[in-house]
Amino acid sequence: MTEYNFAYLDEQTKRMIRRAILKGLAIPGYQVPFASREMPMPYGWGTGGVQVSAALLTPDDTFKVIDQGADDTTNAVSIRSFFERTAGVATTTATSEASVIQTRHRIPEDALTENQILVYQVPIPEPLRFLEPRESETRKMHSLEEYGLMHVKLYEDISRHGHIATSYAYPVKVEGRYVMDPSPIPKFDNPKLGNMAAIQLFGAGREQRIYALPPYTQVVSLDFEDHPFEASKADHPCGLCDATDSYLDEVIIDDQGGRMFVCSDTDYCTARQAAGHKGKDAA
Amino acid sequence: MEAQTLSGGFDNPAVQSSHAFRNIMEAMARPGQIHEIKGAEPPAPLSIAGGTVLLTLCDTETPVYLAGNADNDEVRAWLAFHTGAPLTGPSRAMFAIGDWKALMPLNAYRIGTSEYPDRSATLIVECAELAASGAKLRGPGIKSQAALSLPEIRAFQSNQALFPLGLDFIFTNGVRLAALPRSTEVA
Amino acid sequence: MYVAVKGGERAIESAHAWLAEERRGDTNIAELSLPQIREQLKLAVDRVMAEGSLYDPDLAALAIKQSRGDLIEAIFLIRAYRTTLPRFGASRPVDTGAMDCDRRISATFKDLPGGQVLGPTFDYTHRLLDFKLAAESEVPDAPTREVSSGAVPHVTEFLNQEELIESAPHDDTPPPDLTREPLEMPADRALRLQALTRADEGFTLGLAYSTQRGYGRNHAFVGELRIGAVTVEMDIPELGFAVEIGEVTLTECETVNQFTGSKSEPPQFTRGYGLVFGQSERKAISMALVDRALRWEELGEDYVGAPAQDTEFVLYHADNIQATGFLEHIKLPHYVDFQSELELVRKLRREAGEEQFQEAAE
Ligand SMILES: [Zn+2]
Repeated sequence: MTEYNFAYLDEQTKRMIRRAILKGLAIPGYQVPFASREMPMPYGWGTGGVQVSAALLTPDDTFKVIDQGADDTTNAVSIRSFFERTAGVATTTATSEASVIQTRHRIPEDALTENQILVYQVPIPEPLRFLEPRESETRKMHSLEEYGLMHVKLYEDISRHGHIATSYAYPVKVEGRYVMDPSPIPKFDNPKLGNMAAIQLFGAGREQRIYALPPYTQVVSLDFEDHPFEASKADHPCGLCDATDSYLDEVIIDDQGGRMFVCSDTDYCTARQAAGHKGKDAA
Repeated sequence: MEAQTLSGGFDNPAVQSSHAFRNIMEAMARPGQIHEIKGAEPPAPLSIAGGTVLLTLCDTETPVYLAGNADNDEVRAWLAFHTGAPLTGPSRAMFAIGDWKALMPLNAYRIGTSEYPDRSATLIVECAELAASGAKLRGPGIKSQAALSLPEIRAFQSNQALFPLGLDFIFTNGVRLAALPRSTEVA
Repeated sequence: MYVAVKGGERAIESAHAWLAEERRGDTNIAELSLPQIREQLKLAVDRVMAEGSLYDPDLAALAIKQSRGDLIEAIFLIRAYRTTLPRFGASRPVDTGAMDCDRRISATFKDLPGGQVLGPTFDYTHRLLDFKLAAESEVPDAPTREVSSGAVPHVTEFLNQEELIESAPHDDTPPPDLTREPLEMPADRALRLQALTRADEGFTLGLAYSTQRGYGRNHAFVGELRIGAVTVEMDIPELGFAVEIGEVTLTECETVNQFTGSKSEPPQFTRGYGLVFGQSERKAISMALVDRALRWEELGEDYVGAPAQDTEFVLYHADNIQATGFLEHIKLPHYVDFQSELELVRKLRREAGEEQFQEAAE
């Protein structure tokens, strides 16, 4: 067997993905169908993000991969080593040093810059899928801008629970046109989607869709006048770095169910600790 | 075969096309911003940037329309040898290249369908000048306002009015390029 | 004190090393060779080639060895490999009429030109464990007989001559390519068949079975089932003619289904079609039944809401590599999304508690 091409994918496949990315950028929030390839990792494990990254990485890039905000979760480690091996790119865990960041389920806490690209792994790109399982129907709904069903669903939540009961993968409207699934990020991250300096690209391998948010795009989380969108998180400071503005993971620390809260963004937390911030649970 | 046909391609396609694509992508993501791309040395009258865009994005799956004097034997042979892209007229083209006048009329190209707005043409406009001044641009990808030396304004306003349908444009001049997706408001 | 879990990289390496050890098993037992798998587990090899969409028995055998006999994992290995292969061109359509049949049976005619050929089938074996196989054994030669000729006519051709079955006119439209273009609805029959031939055998079987039990019943008879080798030819433009580039074994099933008729058309039998790499009758027959069920619209039948009639349902869920990946991805950490659900449930419970408290106080 011979060597694989730079960044694994053959050039024809990359061109197909690149064309899809450009159309995605030209029509923010619209899901562009693309002929996703079988990758050497399973569908559902980031094949969409991996294909997007493979199509845009250059040998000069510095690549960072996070899963749940952390660089050292096993699937992040696996994807990072895939690109180290197939593209020979430099890798980093520092958000500020990365030129391309592939992510699953989080947006880094530090604001990204114009020199960065954020690539999301997306399991189900269709925000209307759980309201209407048929692709032929949801495609029609997007074309007609027929999003009433989504509002009805959110409003039913309010009448039943007093709140919108969607806490992650919270739907957004892009530039007043397409309703878009931001991937399963917590709704805490939703406000970072809009007006971001970096390019945001979304890849769904199994579902064969690519979509994009150019920098400085208007992104609005769906809500109602009497129930405005609210980005929420656990009401604690980080136990390690004392941050009060970061999204937190809850960690169970003993058999009695004792728990502590730590930043989900490991780079953010580490950097704060290195700068001398200290939480109540830090050593 | 002419020597010019065989030469003028990428000598390291994977790496050169990756750099070229990144610049094309940045340009499309940030309308009005001018980037440089190199790698191709196409026959006249194509620019280096125009030729590099073709090599980066086109292959046997993308019908290309060569408009006006871009349609000559040397360009045809060069494009066929390096990309295998089938040549076609404007109505079936995924990519078209030529100067602004030769590319007219815009209503000849595919603008996508309401269910598949991505099935629309991308026009590579070879320009005698390209500068970050002139028409005022607003929209996705632009922080507050950008400017670009567009060949005219009206055509881009009508194109934007079609959103989410419409054409996307790449402007080339020498080794430089800028882009204007359908989402950009032009004034 | 709490220290975040680190060392994902080392954990992965160790897991891989352990996996390799488990794959080999007890080193006192001889290691399996690829030819052993290819020759003695041929039906597993055939399934991996069919659902992996790559005809290469040696690679399929390697994949089976590497996957420790997990056939879906083996299919995945083959799929991931096949996408990296350059595409030199497309072969001409294979001619199954010219098949060199190892097996050829018809359930609709007692005898017919070319005869019924049972071939190497489990059909009439008694499913009794053969303990002789537990020890190594010599296999006596199977009896042989002279065969008349290579090509055997298709059974449906006989029906076609009398116009008793819907005609299937020759069509030179290039079929769409599922592996190069995103799946799009509505899917024409060529695309549906392409998806079905690489679909999971179990899923296809279950759907086909459901049609037999009344969920979109279409009264199928196996008009013909044939298994054998066909030659693969490719046009070489430089030469101006086609050359033979190899041979593949295929299983083909043509079902003859209950007649339909309309005001303009007299009653006629209809067709279902299955074609699969290797020897895989269960899959080929299942495919034919599902194909027929999916044709309800073009044949003017009613949509009765049966799963096997629902093209989107069938095509979007038939691929076991997509299915297994997404199913198993819920093993991956989801603590960010879970945390946000946790916060929400706590908040809703807190508020519900406050309300109850208030009501009690009033
Ligand atoms: Zn922290």
